[in-house]
Amino acid sequence: MTLHTLSVLVEDKPGVLTRVAGLFAARGFNIDSLAVGPTEERGLSRMTVVVNVESKPLEQVTKQLNKLIHVIKVLEHEPGEAVERELLLVKVRAEGEARARIMEICDVFRVRVLDVTHQTLTIEATGVPDKLEALIELLGDYGIVELSRTGRIALARGDRGIRERVSKRTAAGAGDVPGWTGGGV
Amino acid sequence: MKVSGAQALFKALEGEEVDVIFGIPGGAILPAYDPLIDSSIRHVLCRHEQGAGHAAEGYAWATGKVGVCMATSGPGGCNLVTALADAKMDSVPLVAITGQVPTPVVGNDAFQEADITGITLPVTKHNRLVKHPGEVAEAIREAFHIARTGRPGPVLVDIPKDVLINETTWKWPDGVELPGYKPTTKGNLRQIREAVKLIMDAKRPVLYVGGGVIKAEATKELHELATEGNLPVVTTLMARGAFPDTHELGLGMPGMHGGYTAVTAMQKSDLLVALGARFDDRVTGQLATFAPHARVVHVDIDPAEIGKNRAADVPIVGDCRDVIAKMLSELRRQQEEAGGVPDRSKWLSQLSTWREKYPYAYEQAADGPLKPQFAIERLYERAKDSIVVAGVGQHQMWASQFWKFTEPRTWINSGGLGTMGFAVPAALGAKTGRPDRRVVAIDGDGCFQMTAQELATSTTEKIPFITAIINNGYLGMVRQWQELFYKERYSEVYLSYEVPDYVKLAEAYGAVGLRAEHPEEVDAVIDKALSIEDRSVVVDFRVDSKEMCFPMVPAGASNDDIIIGPGGLRPVADPAEAPIA
Repeated sequence: MTLHTLSVLVEDKPGVLTRVAGLFAARGFNIDSLAVGPTEERGLSRMTVVVNVESKPLEQVTKQLNKLIHVIKVLEHEPGEAVERELLLVKVRAEGEARARIMEICDVFRVRVLDVTHQTLTIEATGVPDKLEALIELLGDYGIVELSRTGRIALARGDRGIRERVSKRTAAGAGDVPGWTGGGV
Repeated sequence: MKVSGAQALFKALEGEEVDVIFGIPGGAILPAYDPLIDSSIRHVLCRHEQGAGHAAEGYAWATGKVGVCMATSGPGGCNLVTALADAKMDSVPLVAITGQVPTPVVGNDAFQEADITGITLPVTKHNRLVKHPGEVAEAIREAFHIARTGRPGPVLVDIPKDVLINETTWKWPDGVELPGYKPTTKGNLRQIREAVKLIMDAKRPVLYVGGGVIKAEATKELHELATEGNLPVVTTLMARGAFPDTHELGLGMPGMHGGYTAVTAMQKSDLLVALGARFDDRVTGQLATFAPHARVVHVDIDPAEIGKNRAADVPIVGDCRDVIAKMLSELRRQQEEAGGVPDRSKWLSQLSTWREKYPYAYEQAADGPLKPQFAIERLYERAKDSIVVAGVGQHQMWASQFWKFTEPRTWINSGGLGTMGFAVPAALGAKTGRPDRRVVAIDGDGCFQMTAQELATSTTEKIPFITAIINNGYLGMVRQWQELFYKERYSEVYLSYEVPDYVKLAEAYGAVGLRAEHPEEVDAVIDKALSIEDRSVVVDFRVDSKEMCFPMVPAGASNDDIIIGPGGLRPVADPAEAPIA
């Protein structure tokens, strides 16, 4: 199985998140990460879904996603063809000598401290998931009190927006269906 | 003009030209039942919401129009779930309207509250909770548009009680605005040209016709394509009647209990042209060994069906009517170019050899127990012009096997979901939509008992139909599997011939009850049943409980391993098959 990143442009309607998530759940797929937020267009939201699944079943889910009435567009990002970021907030124990060493790590990683107490530091980090994983591992030595991650968001590289792009999986891959405009059914 | 949400609902339903609603009132939907009195729309008061749902399905199957059902909140909506799931699987256009508890208490576990949009989310094409009376008209317009266009399906509109009561200014929306919903209906010409090229080159082509052809009203186009191209046709359980069984190119039903010729034609074919069909497991058997020599042209309005189970060499997304019509003109062009129809006499004569050699078979001894197939065959002989509705199980397969369908929308059943209890309410709905036609439900005794209460609806609403119960005293198909695959260890399948007494039960519901136990009684009982037109009739055919349904491809087995008779008979050594690759 491999990680796939999907961008899903949806109408901002009640229940749309459940509908999208339900398609994955109904097939027993685990969503690795999910991020949702408003877009440049009023009334539209964009979801970034990272899912660990074989290509063939993903093709079916992608087609089913397209069938949802409130889904406008589904784009699967090919590896390396998108910029991806994630935001992490982490509260770490930082007493005595540990505090200075943690500050050093923050410098190396170019991340910011948002909150300071006698016992802890709360740190903000953005980056690709690998960078965040590395940071979390290092901070783990000092004791992580809690952490929260936004999940990955992604934009395809290049000039075009999601609406002008064609997902390889629905346009040229095994699911090639000429004449299909990508609309729901 | 000021109207209540409920009045807006009925104005919208009238705007969609609804002529009948199947439903049951209750607390939350009460405000909608008041303007109903002043509406031109007929309401058929069913006895169970599941019955109302299946009745709406039967209406839709028989007429091609959107079926409408209505229920209250909580249990009312929950009881619709099976019918919605059934409609989703069989792509039946349906709009369900449910009452909901008032908006201020939604989510508070109010009396008769259920999150019905949540519950029905995976079994509807779409659903919606309406929050303001001003949204009612738009929600209804949208629901009908979604239900009937693209791949048809069920849509549920949930309306809270206060939304039905509160007032709004009436406005009928000009159209629907759904930026994420634009079904592709026109087939791609380049692909169609490729598909026809494959047809021209094929030595052993088969048109694999599914329910999409009937839904697209494409049977005329199909007939021309088949006859002009000399192309044999199989019609799946969902497509019975799409092509006449009486035609020499009509091979009948493929699949688990399909005819030997239809099943084997697909297995030996070098080109399958799938038209509105979805390579369901009941048709393909073991997928890896299904039609191993065949290239595939797959036409479907739903792109998610293409390549789902079987890769397509030529995928075509579009409405079957549009695509088949284009295929036909392209076929004419290519055939003219090639100087005529390709010679397929060898293939066609092979098919007719199989047909003669391996027809559907059973033996009815004059003094022996009544065979279910005999009862169905006699019924067919005497009531050919009927609309036939079936439940799910052995009787359904026998009905599909022994009835010779010649026109679309004369066969109604639960295909994908396999819903026992479908027949009686669906027959009620079919007769409501087609009062000009005789409707015959061929039902099992197990099925019948699940929804028999709709006979009361039939009597009080004066919607008469015939129900032929193929009563073998068992959950027959389950019994058959236990006999074949569980070493005859029968577990919880015996129901009883006598309980309930179907004749008395029919009479209690105001219908006529008849019974046939011996072969020689069958014709007279059928004639009697056919002579009664003002009331429903229930015929209790007490048939041989040991009779099994053949041919059969066991679940998960290859279609090559079709069993054609009770002795496990397999025509593996058939020398006639030798020349086929």
